[in-house]
Amino acid sequence: MFGHEFIRNAYLAGTLIALACGLVGWFTVLRGQVFAGDALSHVAFVGAIAAAVVGVDERIGLFALTLGLAAVMAGLGRRAQADDVTIGIVFSWVLGIGVLLIAVLSTSSSGANGVIVANTLFGSIFGLSAGQGLVAAVVGLGVVLAALAIARPLLFASLDPELASLHGVPVRILGLVLLALIGAVTAEGTQAIGALLVLGLIAAPAGAALRLTSKPYLGMTLSAGIALAAMWGGIALSYAIPSLPPSTAIIGLAVGAYVLTSVATIAIWTPMDQRGDRQAAKKVSLR
Amino acid sequence: MANPTLSWNLAHDVHELLAYQFMVNALQAGTIVAVMAGVVGWYMVLRRQSFAGHTIAVMSFPGAAGAALAGLPGAFGYYLACGIAALAIGREGGEGHSGRSRESAAIGAVQVAGLALGFLFLSLYSGVLEQLETLLFGTFLGIDRNQVLTLLLVALVVLAALALAGRPLLLASLDPEVARARGVPVRALDVGFLLILGLVVAATSQITGALLVFALLVAPPAAAQALTPRPGPSLVLSVVFALLVMWLGLGISYFSIYPLGFFVTSFGFGVFLLAKLVALARARSTQSERGMDGAPEPVAAP
Repeated sequence: MFGHEFIRNAYLAGTLIALACGLVGWFTVLRGQVFAGDALSHVAFVGAIAAAVVGVDERIGLFALTLGLAAVMAGLGRRAQADDVTIGIVFSWVLGIGVLLIAVLSTSSSGANGVIVANTLFGSIFGLSAGQGLVAAVVGLGVVLAALAIARPLLFASLDPELASLHGVPVRILGLVLLALIGAVTAEGTQAIGALLVLGLIAAPAGAALRLTSKPYLGMTLSAGIALAAMWGGIALSYAIPSLPPSTAIIGLAVGAYVLTSVATIAIWTPMDQRGDRQAAKKVSLR
Repeated sequence: MANPTLSWNLAHDVHELLAYQFMVNALQAGTIVAVMAGVVGWYMVLRRQSFAGHTIAVMSFPGAAGAALAGLPGAFGYYLACGIAALAIGREGGEGHSGRSRESAAIGAVQVAGLALGFLFLSLYSGVLEQLETLLFGTFLGIDRNQVLTLLLVALVVLAALALAGRPLLLASLDPEVARARGVPVRALDVGFLLILGLVVAATSQITGALLVFALLVAPPAAAQALTPRPGPSLVLSVVFALLVMWLGLGISYFSIYPLGFFVTSFGFGVFLLAKLVALARARSTQSERGMDGAPEPVAAP
């Protein structure tokens, strides 16, 4: 299997994309910001189409739009957490512009636009070239390092924003940084598994990890680990079964892990909320 | 259609619009959908369930793809998939911080599971790919009489259900604790509302497409709630805005080469923005009049 170059590229890019998604996803789920991640990932699709219309590299469009929208969402909400109505309206409008761009694209150049649309919506990890794979891996590594660097203060700010800002933690800036990281992760993931499915790698592994443990660092590791396992397993599975698209295999495994943990923990569920988030926050701040 | 042209004579334009049966169908379907979306979207915005609404909306994609694969009519797949998703989301839920974060993870998981399945169906049944854009971004062409009648039926069911349960649902949405104390079945209403939302979203996405339902479901209600805190008038306003967005969008996209989705979302965004500005200006003026440091909070200020 590793004799093929496209498989090696897929594993190189996929590994770091999965780690970044799992790690950033853990914070996204913890803060209840999955909808923001969802909006950013759908918007990534418009970025790719816009880049095709203008005629620049698709990645420029992806990153420009997701990072830009992350900034807008952070600016609109209090504590850099936009409310769901604002997210919904802004992202549906951006998608509406995307529809317009598809129409522009199809009237100006007849041809490959259907392929671009399908690829950005559902990804094509097997279609990454060596250069694209390397860039994706480097960006993924950057996101992982950035997330690890702000992990401690961000954790504190997420669990108890009032207490954190009393301790001088820049809560608002951290919220903005996290949204930017989510934006970067979605732009990354869109190339591999598509704008519609990248949310799966962000939400499902993290949701599973948060169900399994309330310990922060263990949870983050677990989340990244599940995302990685889904990515590796998904690529191998879709290589073995040609009619199974890689994106579906990867997301299928990630969601499977989530369903499995939620079924397994229902019986023995001792909810985190009964002990209270504030207590957990104190533990972190005292350490 | 022999190159429709927009003139300054509005009556002539409307006459031209109504000359074709497909356009009449589209306008009727659009009107039914806008009324439903205005009412149900109003509750959705009030309950802050936009993410759930969006997730149920994109389920029409696996629904349609799966129905095509199984050889069933597309609308059947829409309603079935949206219903299943509504029940799956309804299972999760909870209050407090952890409850909310768990719920949002669950909704996300439901959404991507559905989309991944849809993609699988699509690649197993290669014929649908042409319709992918239509499915996601909507069209007003090719709506037939049966579809209009089905929509009318769905609308009657939805509006009747809300006429019966509207009041307790309002209470349960605004203050679940008080509602529970008064014997309102909050949990049943939660699940019931998600099912209604599923019906409406499945209906709406047939016109606006799965990704753009928010143009009708969120923008008009949010605009209405920004303008007035009173439930009755803001519910009416919400329906009026939804109708306005729909009619303007349909009218203009008939004369334009560009797709309906763009116009509908842009008008939705515009209505929301205008309402926000009006609310802001009003808050400013009352503030300076009374010399207070805050305007009274509207019921559902986002």
